Amino acid sequence: MTETTSLRTAVAGVPLTDPRVVRAIELVWREAELLDRADYTAWDALYAEDGTYVVPIDGSVEEFDDVLNMVYDDTRMRRMRIVRMTEGHALAAVDAARTVRTVSRFVPAVVSDDEVVLRSAQVLVAYKRGRHDLWVGDVEHRIRLSETGDRIVRKVVRLVDSEGAPPAAGFLL
Amino acid sequence: MTIELTPDALDVHGETPADLVLPDRVAGRLYTDPDLFELEMTRIFERSWVWVAHESEVPKPGSFKTTHVGRQPVIVARNRKGEINTLLNRCRHRGASVCEQPSGQANGFTCPYHAWSYSLDGQLRGIPYPEGYEGVLAKGDITLGKLRTESYGAMVFATADPDAEPLTDFLGDVKLWIDRFFGLGGGYPVKVLGRHRFRFRGNWKIQLENTTDGYHFPIVHRSWMASVDAETAEMMSFMTDPTCTTHDLGHGHSVMQMVPTHSDLSADDGTEPLQARFDDLVAELKGTGLDDAAVRKLVHAMHGTGFNLNLFPNVSMSAAFLRVLRPISVDETEIEHIALGPDGPPEVVDPVNRAKLRIHEHFQGPFGFGTPDDAEGWDRVQRGAQAAPTMPILVNRGLARETPSPEGWPTSHVTDETGMRTAYAQWKAMMGDD
Repeated sequence: MTETTSLRTAVAGVPLTDPRVVRAIELVWREAELLDRADYTAWDALYAEDGTYVVPIDGSVEEFDDVLNMVYDDTRMRRMRIVRMTEGHALAAVDAARTVRTVSRFVPAVVSDDEVVLRSAQVLVAYKRGRHDLWVGDVEHRIRLSETGDRIVRKVVRLVDSEGAPPAAGFLL
Repeated sequence: MTIELTPDALDVHGETPADLVLPDRVAGRLYTDPDLFELEMTRIFERSWVWVAHESEVPKPGSFKTTHVGRQPVIVARNRKGEINTLLNRCRHRGASVCEQPSGQANGFTCPYHAWSYSLDGQLRGIPYPEGYEGVLAKGDITLGKLRTESYGAMVFATADPDAEPLTDFLGDVKLWIDRFFGLGGGYPVKVLGRHRFRFRGNWKIQLENTTDGYHFPIVHRSWMASVDAETAEMMSFMTDPTCTTHDLGHGHSVMQMVPTHSDLSADDGTEPLQARFDDLVAELKGTGLDDAAVRKLVHAMHGTGFNLNLFPNVSMSAAFLRVLRPISVDETEIEHIALGPDGPPEVVDPVNRAKLRIHEHFQGPFGFGTPDDAEGWDRVQRGAQAAPTMPILVNRGLARETPSPEGWPTSHVTDETGMRTAYAQWKAMMGDD
């Protein structure tokens, strides 16, 4: 395994064209497109059974149990969220903003034959009722590589304004 | 009182702001008129007691947080003697803010522009190159503007009105409910655990109303209700329960009891089973050596108290969190939902607070299962209220079944609009006071 001491730095000598990194990038882009299409059921299938999805308030923390987060979903919570987003009873989801997101500036932080940790930047524009809102953040994906299909084990979205006051959202980051 | 739903009978016109509020209806203009908003900032937010902090946010000498009173930026700081002051966050020289950190620990505050420095009390301490002020400025006379600051039950309020009535009088019967609210600590003092912040595109009074609006709950929060365990859903099934009431506590304040059996958590008789979802927590707490009664007290208080205490104009104490509103403009408002939990030995309070944080995240915040649906409803009110500015917003639900409680509080069902009526009565009194 080629692993650095910190997820905040890149793996020396591993190019973005490394086939393991390319697999991870493809998964991240696939995820972005599914989220923009609000195809949450297909999105769920990208996650491992032990996968977590986190949008912290404090962008500096790595452990989320003892702090308040915007989103801190294990599989049970993520699936309840998908039901909420799709069943038609949540006002915010029924009339959600249309989103288009770009994910890029990829940096491989951990690369092995079993796992890739990929850092990236995400710029999302949400349009609703004549207004464009900007949601911008650093994203970290921990992706488990497998012959049976690569899966997201952990996704963390650290918004630049996570300690500010974003609007309430009817979509997912 | 039956009102006739014809435009002529309903419309609320008036020469003065006070004319726009009637006992059972208010003009839609209250949400949309920028001139009214400007008046509210001076007549309400610069005169009323405005909540600024929970004492646990400024726990020791030198602790501070920055916030706003109305639109004015302030610093709430604890001085070396332990007293809490609310200082205007504005240098006396050229007006720059002297602190832009949300919270922290400091020995004083120094303006970044010309380095005028102030003590934790706001007293001007130092001026660089002071020769230029000889004969024109007496340093000892200058302080950051200071607002009157008073506390009750760890809730810190400030007012820009030096002649405002004492906080204790402003709160009146609310104090009993503040005491009850902090029963959420389950036998321990209460501390702030964290906060969600978000903005919505609507007037601040739409949020003020919402915290005392039991009527919307099963409709707007159907999605949240469907996602919680059956016991919690049952606990929040108050729509047709006649024991669930809202009291008008005066001064614009009200309390909406959704789960009256949890209004006074200290009155627990031990017969209500603890929720099965907390079985693992109970086992963990018992492992710390706490006796059964202490464990029960903590776990019985997991969802907080069973009421929303709505204080005019900017804070509510709801279940286990504070809701704080900040008017930004006539059609934009910022909300904080501040999570609270017990403060004590880590082996006891940490597992409790972990569970409380997850409960809070489930409903609150920009991605909660509750907040975004509320915000959508409020956006829709702001958009719809642009139509016919004199057409009223109805606040008459339950007026015919409102009766005094034994304490003398006007009281109606939890789904009624008693709390809105008292808030608007206070609005009318303050806005009509020239």
